[in-house]
Amino acid sequence: MATATKEKSEYREAWEESQRRAATVLPAWAARRRAAAFETFERLGFPTTDQEDWKYTNVAPIARSPFAAPRGRSLTAGEAGAVAQSLYAEAGRSRLVFVNGYLSASLSSLGALPAGVVVSSLWDALCGGRAEMLRERVGSAAAADADGFAALNAAHLGEGAFVYLPEGVRLEAPLHLSFVAGDEDAPLVNPRVVLVAERDSSATIIESYEASRDSAYFTNAVVEVFVGDGARLTHYKVQRESEQAYHVATTAAEIGRGGVYDLTTITLGARLSRHGVSVRMAREGAECWVDGLYLVGAGQHADTHSAIDHVAPRCTSHQIYKGILDGDARAVFNGKVFVHPGAQATDAQQTNKNLLLSPDARVDTKPQLEIFADDVKCSHGATVGQLDEEELFYLKSRGLHDELARNLLTYGFAEELIEKIKIESIKRQLDEAILNRLHARLEA
Amino acid sequence: MLEIRNLHAKIDGKEILRGIDLSVKAGEVHAIMGPNGSGKSTLAKVVAGHPSYEVTAGEVIYDGKNLLALDPDERARDGIFLAFQYPVEVPGVSNAQFLRLAYNERRKHLGEEELDPLEFKDLLAERAKIVEMDAGLMSRSVNEGFSGGEKKRNEILQMAVLEPRLAVLDETDSGLDIDALRVVSAGVNRLRRPDNAILLVTHYQRLLNYIVPDFVHVLYKGRIVRSGGKELALELEEKGYDWLRDEAKRSEQSAVTV
Ligand SMILES: Nc1ncnc2c1ncn2[C@@H]1O[C@H](COP(=O)(O)OP(=O)(O)OP(=O)(O)O)[C@@H](O)[C@H]1O
Ligand SMILES: [Mg+2]
Repeated sequence: MATATKEKSEYREAWEESQRRAATVLPAWAARRRAAAFETFERLGFPTTDQEDWKYTNVAPIARSPFAAPRGRSLTAGEAGAVAQSLYAEAGRSRLVFVNGYLSASLSSLGALPAGVVVSSLWDALCGGRAEMLRERVGSAAAADADGFAALNAAHLGEGAFVYLPEGVRLEAPLHLSFVAGDEDAPLVNPRVVLVAERDSSATIIESYEASRDSAYFTNAVVEVFVGDGARLTHYKVQRESEQAYHVATTAAEIGRGGVYDLTTITLGARLSRHGVSVRMAREGAECWVDGLYLVGAGQHADTHSAIDHVAPRCTSHQIYKGILDGDARAVFNGKVFVHPGAQATDAQQTNKNLLLSPDARVDTKPQLEIFADDVKCSHGATVGQLDEEELFYLKSRGLHDELARNLLTYGFAEELIEKIKIESIKRQLDEAILNRLHARLEA
Repeated sequence: MLEIRNLHAKIDGKEILRGIDLSVKAGEVHAIMGPNGSGKSTLAKVVAGHPSYEVTAGEVIYDGKNLLALDPDERARDGIFLAFQYPVEVPGVSNAQFLRLAYNERRKHLGEEELDPLEFKDLLAERAKIVEMDAGLMSRSVNEGFSGGEKKRNEILQMAVLEPRLAVLDETDSGLDIDALRVVSAGVNRLRRPDNAILLVTHYQRLLNYIVPDFVHVLYKGRIVRSGGKELALELEEKGYDWLRDEAKRSEQSAVTV
């Protein structure tokens, strides 16, 4: 218990520093919520492997590390250049770049937006005219007391972004929210993104995490998504954190009547990552895709916990998660689909497939269906396998080197998800990750 | 070009090839026939280097080199091509992409320049014409969901692209309609050149009307029990393989009496 107290006091120091500043600028309710959330964090602490939901993911290394509130907010010219390089061309005039959680005006670029659309830092939104809307939305999709991580994030309310799409508006270019970390020692970054897509609006959002250099830090993100009636939101999450970093994130979405939410999560980075996804369909005729690809190698641990709630009738959910594991990588997939009483004519499909490229890699997968309605069409399944020897021989018999043949088959395994991605730059990033990096790691 | 001497091979502890001797010279076409399970595909796969087979005795010399010391991909780059009896489906890998990679590997090996996707597209279109292959199949995953005949055509297309020196065709004629048989034969004959050789595994004399072999061999229980000219195929067509079993029985009996 002594260690637990010490951890908490270290976080307290970081928090108090940030709270002093927040209290003078943010609305009183926001400051109060931050204080309450910090108390919750101190009460809950970080989860332990005794808890069913954290059985396979030990976050003790996060608790042990002295992550602190980021002080500086600027990158060196070299780092900024590297970040600019990695930004997606498709969102050249529609991106916000956050460095250690705070908006970087020089790296961001926003062209003219349709009337009524808001794309800003959460801080500005809280201080400006959107405070009342945020008061209602923040914490309503992702509860601040869900666990210690959620509480810690809520205690730092103000970092991150706010996106608002008024009724019927359609954003043509994808909107990129880029989170860059690592310009100082071991920062603790608590981004929160609130996306509100009103009735019949539509947009594509890219949420990405990367490092300006290979360093240790802790990203503790919460993303709350509100898809209104008839709205369509395509959401890519690309996690390319430094391989020394920790990444814990929640994506919580609520979909209105006939709304469509399509989430694709790509997990490439971090030493340890945990992504909690929850999608709630409480209005008739909603549809969601909750797909993902995790590609992890030696020394990496990637955990996905997903929960899809069919509350209203006639909703559809599709889920494909694929994992590629190399070296001694570990992955966890836990996918729950709940069909609530009365959610008739539910259609829910869920699959998790894993490819182990090394005998030392390991995956724990658990797809779960809980059905409390009778008129439903549901399926789920999980597989864990290696590259197929006959396929490998076939490719090699045409002259492909062993390494190329393996990479090509690995690519083939992931192709279904890569093909789904409509942003060419992300696709290319993935192509490279699969065809080059995997092998580099095998060699290492 | 290819010298097989006293080749023994087993899989999962079971001996399948029990002393094969075969000599193939450049410019020749050899047909290999024989009943189901006699070891024809095994021989083809051992030549291509399938890792599941263990060669327990004998040697295979290709162009003066010890073929058995080479990995399957090295053999392929050196000009050996196996058209599979059962072509493998490779989900998620596009036919065109795969073929380009394979083609460029071979080019690199020959010290020639690689083709970029556009240049290769032209070459592929030209070769696809030879086997009258639907262009739609190029963008699809390798063999995935292809009909039996389409898979066989795809094998011949790969061969036409890679232009091997030694092509081993394992029952490429099975499952082909009459037109396809003609098309496939055209593809094979196109490869028939003084510096190339072809090993043709088939059950049907019909194919040999299109691709006339220089030699015909009968494989039985892991050995070549009879070799001859193209007439041998006609004889087999007429007599079937019962005589083989009778002969085998007789030789067993005589072995007992001795
Ligand atoms: N893994 C294995 N374990 C044991 N026996 C095997 C294995 N694989 C193949 N065989 C056997 O090896 C023998 C030769 O098979 P092969 O495929 O070479 O025959 P084939 O002459 O090509 O027959 P077909 O004309 O039917 O294609 C068969 O009896 C087959 O059952
Ligand atoms: Mg066979």
